[in-house]
Amino acid sequence: MLERIEERFRHLAPQGEFCSLRFVHERSEMLEVRQNVLQPVRTSEDSGAMLTVYAGNGMGYAATGDLSLQGLRRAAEQASGWARQSAGHSVVDFSRVRATPPTGEYTTREVVPWHQTPLPDKIDLLRTECARLKTDDRIVDWEAALWYTETDTLYLTTDGGRVYQHFVYLVPMMSATANAGSETQSRSFGGRGYCRQGGLEILDAVGFRTAAPQLASEALQLLSAPNCPVGVMDVVLAPDQMILQIHESIGHPLELDRILGDERNYAGTSFVTTDMFGNYRYGSDLLNITFDPSRPEQYVSYGFDDDGQPAQRAYLIQQGILQRPLGGLTSQIRADLPGVANSRACSWNRPPIDRMANLNLEPGDASLEEMIAAVERGVYMKTNCSWSIDDSRNKFQFGCEWGQLIEHGKLTTVVKNPNYRGISATFWRNLNMVGNSATLEVMGTPNCGKGEPNQVIRVGHASPACLFTHVEVFGGE
Amino acid sequence: MQDYFYTLADTLTGLCQGNEVYTCTFRGEDSDFIRFNHSAIRQAGTVVQRFLNLDLMRGQQHASADIALSGDLEEDRTRLTQRLTSLREQLPYLPVDPHLLYATEVHGSEQTGENRLPASTDAVAAILQAGQGQDLVGFYASGCMYAGFANTFGQRNWFASHSFNCDWSVYHQADKAVKTAYAGFVWDQSEFAQKVATATAQLERLQHPPRTIPPGRYRVYLAPAALDDILQTLCWGGFGLKDHRTKQTTLLKMVEEGLRLHPDVTLYENARDGVAPNFQGAGFIKPDVVSLIEAGALRNCLVSPRSAKEYGVPTNGASDSESPQSLDMAAGTLPRQAVLERLDTGVYINNVWYLNYSDRTSCRMTGMTRFATFWVEHGAIQAPLNVMRFDESLYRMLGEHLLGLTSARELILDTGTYHQRSMGSSRVPGALVDDFNFTL
Repeated sequence: MLERIEERFRHLAPQGEFCSLRFVHERSEMLEVRQNVLQPVRTSEDSGAMLTVYAGNGMGYAATGDLSLQGLRRAAEQASGWARQSAGHSVVDFSRVRATPPTGEYTTREVVPWHQTPLPDKIDLLRTECARLKTDDRIVDWEAALWYTETDTLYLTTDGGRVYQHFVYLVPMMSATANAGSETQSRSFGGRGYCRQGGLEILDAVGFRTAAPQLASEALQLLSAPNCPVGVMDVVLAPDQMILQIHESIGHPLELDRILGDERNYAGTSFVTTDMFGNYRYGSDLLNITFDPSRPEQYVSYGFDDDGQPAQRAYLIQQGILQRPLGGLTSQIRADLPGVANSRACSWNRPPIDRMANLNLEPGDASLEEMIAAVERGVYMKTNCSWSIDDSRNKFQFGCEWGQLIEHGKLTTVVKNPNYRGISATFWRNLNMVGNSATLEVMGTPNCGKGEPNQVIRVGHASPACLFTHVEVFGGE
Repeated sequence: MQDYFYTLADTLTGLCQGNEVYTCTFRGEDSDFIRFNHSAIRQAGTVVQRFLNLDLMRGQQHASADIALSGDLEEDRTRLTQRLTSLREQLPYLPVDPHLLYATEVHGSEQTGENRLPASTDAVAAILQAGQGQDLVGFYASGCMYAGFANTFGQRNWFASHSFNCDWSVYHQADKAVKTAYAGFVWDQSEFAQKVATATAQLERLQHPPRTIPPGRYRVYLAPAALDDILQTLCWGGFGLKDHRTKQTTLLKMVEEGLRLHPDVTLYENARDGVAPNFQGAGFIKPDVVSLIEAGALRNCLVSPRSAKEYGVPTNGASDSESPQSLDMAAGTLPRQAVLERLDTGVYINNVWYLNYSDRTSCRMTGMTRFATFWVEHGAIQAPLNVMRFDESLYRMLGEHLLGLTSARELILDTGTYHQRSMGSSRVPGALVDDFNFTL
């Protein structure tokens, strides 16, 4: 198939204009057992291509599922038409957006391939884990699921570029919901956060086969727990909350297209401005944030972004100081700033925009026990369940599934509905301790929304547990 | 396109063997997408996509597949043949599905809208013209959306709609902007110009120095777009039967403790007056209206076929998500021109943003004000307000603290384009609410 696409592209590419083709072929399988009942096994197969043309200072695209020569030619003509239509009216001078033709390949490392394990065995695994969640009559809903995806992408350009990438993703999921009267509490396996690249070896790496009893136990404990107290205090955030904190209040505000205003009508703007890079204190000295596409097991590792730019690890924030934005080639040229290879599209039918990929908080040197011991009064929070932040990515409020008081350096009472709020511009300056690599979890999310037309995309985050001081904490009603 | 889909359906009918049953749902679109920034074009393009969801059943065994189609009949027949074969090979490994339910009575329907859309290039020219001298950022989506259903029993449903949705903001500076939407089936330049003029007039109000208020409780007016965002959050887990039976509904206290909302609050799923197809993925036809909340009291849930089978009740044609797609809130009696006077001193909120539950059991939601939000004193707008975070229970804002709903309602066509252009809509009034809790 790839050879035929390539041959057709070379045949139809318009003369004298830059044109690229991005082909995506994605297969997925969702297996879910809910309340010990296998839900309909859902497979999907999606394929299509986007043609992009630059003409003068304009750019146009056209996406189609018709991969025949005629279908691709029609798309190239439509893209060319939009490029000419936007020339002279374009906010970006695309005549300046040129790069060395990319060549290369990337392949996910898969140790235990999904297809080597028969379907009945995978269903049996889920049945077993699902059954282990139902430990009590008060568990009223429970489920375990695996979402497997395999993606091939081919990027071609008229100036000879060719990039082929093959990705394999797995998202293990599990949750238990407990109820007593008008109180309902849920615990999940990190939301959908234990998503990674690779095969079924991921299940043991993230503890999928041992999680169920604890999740059920914690859901039941929350039913009789008091509400999280109200007050300004310290919080220790587990990695499955840290990933959300990083995502919303560092990742999105550093997206260069937001800073340049593209998203103001939908996803929002940013409190970060272009003059802050190189000098703005984003957080305490302990804050080190990297764009890292090179970690093989992480969810969004890749060799090239969807504009064909080679991806390399880079510090976005180093010792608390803002270094560079999350901006792909087009945004870098617009803003005259260095960036990273993060121009990404969710599939063949959406154009690339600036996105997070793997955005990680680098580990420090504190153990979890040392962080807990350092807190006189505070709350330990696990697993995000509520997220909201303003359109400048500043005033946030986040909630977690699980809370536990920290009193005089020790974990004590379990509390329900732990929430906290703050302001990005000051919150990270109260980062007081950063967990060591033993506390680090490699996670992510399959569902990051942005863009017009809307795109939901995969994002990776790795983070240790962290301690923050002077945080406004509260609970439910 | 209808013939193409029906031909594919006939192909599937011919491919099924023995007691095999299939259902399939088609969705496709030919859309132009143009986004703008700084009153110029940021990205412009066309997306042509067709997808088919195919379910194959043998007895109570059941497997499902989503397939991207090319639009070429012969190529797609080949794809469907291969996919049906792989589903057939999967079935022996699957246990019976005790919650499987699909329509066996045949209810065909056809709804094909006329294409009266402007050329996208003309609409783009009008938008660029409107943006001259202003900082306009936004999005124009236009084209045909298709949906179809077919099954073994000969049921055929078809829906085609040609619509546009223009959603834009004009900015004063930083985060101070006026957001406007213009959507429909026929582009009326005078109506568009009127909306542009209204936005420009509102933008002038944003020139005043913004006000910051301390956290606390304030009287607020939630314009229809803002109230709609709150109601759409409620639709996320509020009305589905599965959420009710597993005690995860955010209206749990209405179920368990008999709590009620204000007697003026009446909510329907109104498929009759919506813009979405009236059929769903298992072949059931949606009733015209499902009463969800009536005079403040909880009435019905939305029941998907799976939930219907699982809990032993009739389905009311809900999709698997069991969320309203055509939400309708009854109007109140408050004249819109009396809103500022009744608000007296407080906050006029045109838009809210990024809502989520902060306490699901108490149906408490948090979110932000966004775009044109104003501080009002003695019935007169004083200044734009810097963004504020709210955290408030639905039982208060649409319960004891609700002062009134406007007599005029707005039809809001969903601008969402995740995976495909949305066919959702809502019809919502504005709400005057006392003691609304701002926290940050």
